[in-house]
Amino acid sequence: MSLHTFPLNVNGDKRMVTARFADTLLFVLRGRLGLTGAKPGCLNGDCGACSVNVDGWPMKSCLMLAVEAIGKEVTTIEGLKDTPIQKAFVENFAFQCGYCTPGFIMNCHALIKQHPDAGDDTIKEWLESNICRCTGYAEIEKAVKSVLEKK
Amino acid sequence: MEVVGKSVIRKEAFDKVTGRARYTHDYQTSGMLSAKMVISPYGHAKIVSIDTSKARQVPGVRAIIAGKRYPLTGEAIRDRPPIAVDKVRYHGEPVALVVADTPGQAKTAADLIHVQYEPLPVVNSPTQAFRRDAPLVHERLGEYKKEEDSHPVPGTNIATHIKIRKGNMEKGWSESEVVVEASFSFAPSDHAAMETRCSTAEILPDGQIIIMTSSQAPFMAKRLIADYFGEDMGKIIVHTPFVGGAYGGKASVQLEVLAYIASKEVGGKPVKLLNTREEDILTSPCHIGLDATVKLGADRNGKLKAAEIQYLWDGGAYSDKAIDVTRSGAVDCTGPYKLENVWCDSYCMYTNHPYAAPFRGFSHSELSFAIERTMDILAGKLNMDPLELRHINAIQPGDTTPTRVLLNRSNIGDLRKCIEKLRELFNWNEGPVKEINERYVRVKGISCSWKTSTIDPDAPSGVILTFNRDGSINLMSGVIEIGTGTKTVLAQILAERLKMDVDKIHVRMEVDTQTTPEHWKTVASRGTYMGGRAVLEAAEDVIRQLTEIAACVLRAPIQDLEVGGSRVYLRDDPAIGLHFKDIGYGYQYPNGNAIGGQIIGKGNIVLRHLSHLDPETGAGKPGPEWTPAAYGVEIEFDRRDYTYRLVKACTVVDIGKVMNEKAALGQVMGAMSMGLAFAGRETFYFDELGRVLNPQLRTYRPLRYGENPEFLVGFVETPALDSAYGARGVGEHGLMGMPGALGNALSLAAGVSFHHLPLIPELVWKAKEAARNASI
Ligand code: FES
Ligand code: FES
Repeated sequence: MSLHTFPLNVNGDKRMVTARFADTLLFVLRGRLGLTGAKPGCLNGDCGACSVNVDGWPMKSCLMLAVEAIGKEVTTIEGLKDTPIQKAFVENFAFQCGYCTPGFIMNCHALIKQHPDAGDDTIKEWLESNICRCTGYAEIEKAVKSVLEKK
Repeated sequence: MEVVGKSVIRKEAFDKVTGRARYTHDYQTSGMLSAKMVISPYGHAKIVSIDTSKARQVPGVRAIIAGKRYPLTGEAIRDRPPIAVDKVRYHGEPVALVVADTPGQAKTAADLIHVQYEPLPVVNSPTQAFRRDAPLVHERLGEYKKEEDSHPVPGTNIATHIKIRKGNMEKGWSESEVVVEASFSFAPSDHAAMETRCSTAEILPDGQIIIMTSSQAPFMAKRLIADYFGEDMGKIIVHTPFVGGAYGGKASVQLEVLAYIASKEVGGKPVKLLNTREEDILTSPCHIGLDATVKLGADRNGKLKAAEIQYLWDGGAYSDKAIDVTRSGAVDCTGPYKLENVWCDSYCMYTNHPYAAPFRGFSHSELSFAIERTMDILAGKLNMDPLELRHINAIQPGDTTPTRVLLNRSNIGDLRKCIEKLRELFNWNEGPVKEINERYVRVKGISCSWKTSTIDPDAPSGVILTFNRDGSINLMSGVIEIGTGTKTVLAQILAERLKMDVDKIHVRMEVDTQTTPEHWKTVASRGTYMGGRAVLEAAEDVIRQLTEIAACVLRAPIQDLEVGGSRVYLRDDPAIGLHFKDIGYGYQYPNGNAIGGQIIGKGNIVLRHLSHLDPETGAGKPGPEWTPAAYGVEIEFDRRDYTYRLVKACTVVDIGKVMNEKAALGQVMGAMSMGLAFAGRETFYFDELGRVLNPQLRTYRPLRYGENPEFLVGFVETPALDSAYGARGVGEHGLMGMPGALGNALSLAAGVSFHHLPLIPELVWKAKEAARNASI
């Protein structure tokens, strides 16, 4: 399949990428833009390790084609700087191996933006799309709630 | 203590919340080729032919490897061709390997390889494998090279047989007034680390072999590749960056071998092999299955008198680490109970299932399910409180283990204290059953466990410390940061010993086998125990060097000097002293003369007095110390549809010393979560051809957010005297009692005795239906 060059808006920068139409956003972020924070875990929408934000909403970047992101704002973990949720993850030990962490943080980050008053049910509905195999989720719950409570 | 015990923020925390932490697959150099496997669609089949002609025409293809005989691999028995020849022995086994310029091309070519198979009869369980008329998985078992302490039985599917013969069984049974016997089984399952395994390899013109791999055992990879292929060990350099979860599954050496072969076939060019999730589940080694029979005898008061145990481990198609798992299962076969008379046969069985890697707990979560369910059955028959039964039989200093190690106050933690603490924390005295209404009932189950680490008796761990000119210290250890936070704990140990700020200690996270001192493998909860000892020794080494220089400069005897706060100073006049930044690189006098030089400290240890087991009786010392624990699980059971919700899970573990509180809590809670998933839902579903029907995270489902129970964790601190600050292993222990405790709770809730995992509602329904039909 042939290669095409198109613009992507990633972490506030306009970047020209050369990729196939069939390439996923995850593949392009990692392989073309060197943004390896989003991780492959299943390439099937099951694990959430590849989560990024697109126009402020969480998106599994393995389920989206790069070309679909044209004209949209893509934010990856590398685009977050000193956000409360990152701090909360550090303080609450909400990670171990850290592989699921970028995906979880991006999901939490969007949740906090979209639902600053989220209750248990909303939090569960959002976060159950990501898998963390290391923790028992108690620390992640603490981290996300600590940020929500401050709002 | 100033630093030990505190929840010191993990050294790699900021890397991990900013996406900067890099894992093997995150490293990609230009010119790196991609490898792709073709895997077996059957459990057991003859390879009739492999047609690669179409695949070879795909642009970008550099090599196709199929049907070629390489030296056999495998840790305990060399029984595994890296790429299958003649026949396949499990679903997912590599049959061919394609190397191409891009992952896409490699995949396209792999899909065009046509393999013709002729299905063979399948060995679908260890019990079936044990039958005399079972098909053979390995026809030439007698011809394989093997380690001395592997005991395969040619002409059968037995890869090894470990015997425990302790005491006098006749006496034991004659003293037993109550006897129970029960059988248990569960199929293999998966570690499901979020990072799928990945290895790269490159062979330089001068023969250096550079490997990068997501592994718990880079030093083992180096050793085995040298061994298997006759390479110079010193020319092999294995790098391991952060590892995205491992849980034992990345202690096996597999993709490293394939990447090495792939690179060799393309003239040494760099090649990457990354598992898809499906390959990670099927092809790479899995979590072992088990068929067990346990017979326990006790006197009328509940004192255990005899145990006869048979474990048939589902080692799968190749023995690899399953041999060691089988041995480890024999070593602690009885659970943490005082027993004078023990007869145990632990067999590693070949089957046509994916082969087994270690799994967090290394046989102990598996055997605990069998033992702890049987203990509850015994308690029922004795009409006794199950926690009380465990309390009176709890193993203690002065007792001996199944392999006849005499326990003392240091090498065993205090199980009775764990039980008492559990009683409180889990509110056991309110009784195990709480009626909610007609439909729901809350039920508690409990269990206990213990574990030592059966590791190689000569397993080493080393640490190097170097000084920076600003007086800060670099800490290098071969422990892999797989998520346990061990490297932060090592920094805490160093800071504690040198009485300095832990922030002035820099920990190297990446390990490479050329410049990092070896830590045998990051397994078996040994990182803190062994690495910690090595750190302390290295700390003594730098203290000696620092005080020697300071003594000279300060013109004071060494004995008068203290080290603390990044300074060496006079004990009786702390104002007189020297900062590390002035002596860490030696000392320079005002006239330019210099003494010393960069201070480099080293520490290394091997464990003391470990021995091989006697092949006839099992007698021997398998590990340094035992960590005991007590557990509880509370569920809310729905009598209408047989579903249940996890309400609470509790672990009380004798950790020796809490080194980093939040990290320790995280380890225990995460392990509980994994144990509950293993017990409650995770399994491979096999069809009659030995195919795994659920190799995806959509059909193989770990716990998700909100499905976890409330966690209760308690620590008991009985120091292990010869470990750093008394710490015992803890990484695995939260997991081990979960299957037993959940099984006990559900059996009580449903009123049927459960003997299989996973404990899904369908199993409850089937058991209830069977009970109802039997009563009609
Ligand atoms: S990799 Fe995208 S959901 Fe798993
Ligand atoms: S921290 Fe390892 S998977 Fe979440």
